Amino acid sequence: MTTLAKQFVNEWFCGLGRGALLCRDIFSSLCKVKPVWHDILDEMYFIGVKSQSVVAITGAFTGMVLCAQTYFQFHKVKMDTATLAVVSVGMGSELGPVLTSLMVAGRVGAAIAAELGTMRVTEQIDALRTLAAHPIDYLIVPRFLATMLVMPLLTALSVCVGILAAYIVGVFLLGINSTGLWYNMLRHTNMIDISCGLIKTFIFGAIIAVVACYKGLNCAEGAEGVGRATTEAVVYSSIAILISNFFLTMLLNALLPTL
Amino acid sequence: MIEVRDLKKSFGPVPVLQGVTFTVQKGEAVVIIGASGGGKSILLKHLIGLITPDQGEVCIDGRSMAGLNERQLLQIRRKFGMLFQGAALFDSLNVEQNIGFILDREQNHPPGEIAQRVAEVLELVGLAGIGKKWPAELSGGMRKRVGLARAIIYHPEILLYDEPTTGLDPIAADAIDQLIARVGDTFKITSIAVTHDMRSARRIGRRILMLHQGRIYADEPPDDMFKSSDPVIHRFVNGIYEPGEQFSL
Repeated sequence: MTTLAKQFVNEWFCGLGRGALLCRDIFSSLCKVKPVWHDILDEMYFIGVKSQSVVAITGAFTGMVLCAQTYFQFHKVKMDTATLAVVSVGMGSELGPVLTSLMVAGRVGAAIAAELGTMRVTEQIDALRTLAAHPIDYLIVPRFLATMLVMPLLTALSVCVGILAAYIVGVFLLGINSTGLWYNMLRHTNMIDISCGLIKTFIFGAIIAVVACYKGLNCAEGAEGVGRATTEAVVYSSIAILISNFFLTMLLNALLPTL
Repeated sequence: MIEVRDLKKSFGPVPVLQGVTFTVQKGEAVVIIGASGGGKSILLKHLIGLITPDQGEVCIDGRSMAGLNERQLLQIRRKFGMLFQGAALFDSLNVEQNIGFILDREQNHPPGEIAQRVAEVLELVGLAGIGKKWPAELSGGMRKRVGLARAIIYHPEILLYDEPTTGLDPIAADAIDQLIARVGDTFKITSIAVTHDMRSARRIGRRILMLHQGRIYADEPPDDMFKSSDPVIHRFVNGIYEPGEQFSL
């Protein structure tokens, strides 16, 4: 039992070390090698454009259910028109960034880990290295930059769709006064709420890319190894997003006190 | 010239290479034979710096690869081309893009030059006109030929072949062997192949090294190797299994 525990701790620290070295290599590449924008745009298309439908649906139904639940409580104290303000602040600062990141981690993180893992077990990454191409420059940096760049855009889409869907539910289903809804939303939603959410998504994008790339590059041999790497990429990046969300919220709250 | 000095490598508690030493002169065609799982491919990957040894060193043209980081190794790897066991073609690129990959990354070739050079090497490997096909559409032999075309397009000084004929029928294997010999003659390339296919070893090697129990056990011309009375060599080249013998190290 003690041996197993030692082995687990040892592997955990080794993994952490390898992850740190991967981050060092990524930043070293960003400083030394000019990024190939064609590769980055290809990745942005795959990560961003192809994730739009998933993110929009997530945002829409989150906004709708948040609107309904808020209305059910606020209606008791005659605060119906404050409903959309709650949706707006909630979606902009927390639900939009976190749910969008979790959806992207599931869709994109799994795809990145599976692709890189397959490339590793079929020696394609070794082939890249023999062709004098650094895997970090060619495979990792474009995915890293693309994920970081598209995350705020996807989050903005999710938040906008969520608010619009909440407005439709509030006005046409729950019968709330539309002028009051808009007025209170604009009055109580600060730019800082939205900015805070968008800043966090940069970090979440980096987490998704680093975890997925790490798992793909270090996956074990065979189909089972690729499968496990894919699962772990999604699970670990989702957990890392949820944990870092708390600390980022506290940090941004300290840095931006008007939050 | 390639010099390998006292190379040692273990994976966990299992020693794979236990002090490999040999030299390959410029223009030589060397074949490394040995049992499956005996460390031949691991040795080949040490030569190009894909694996770092636990001990010992590999020198290419007098320059040691020990202690070099990945970016410094990339410069040395420009001297090499490598054909992988499964060809290792990039799934997301078609044949043309696979072969022209390295030239495309260099971004200093005038338009049309890459396509012309791709067409030339495809012609050389006998696959003219398949540039638009995808790796998944190719047979095993075709994949190896495309892999070879990708390895020679930038005229490397040294070519490494990892089990070039494994998984191919005898006719396709013979075609690959002839192609390897032709490429060596055409480009005057130093070539090192690892294989356990003795027919292939005899056809493409001018010198055969036998890796046995993690060390170079024999270093002889093909004819001497096949005539050897040494029991280990004799059993291996003639494929004689003795009950109780382990298949791999």
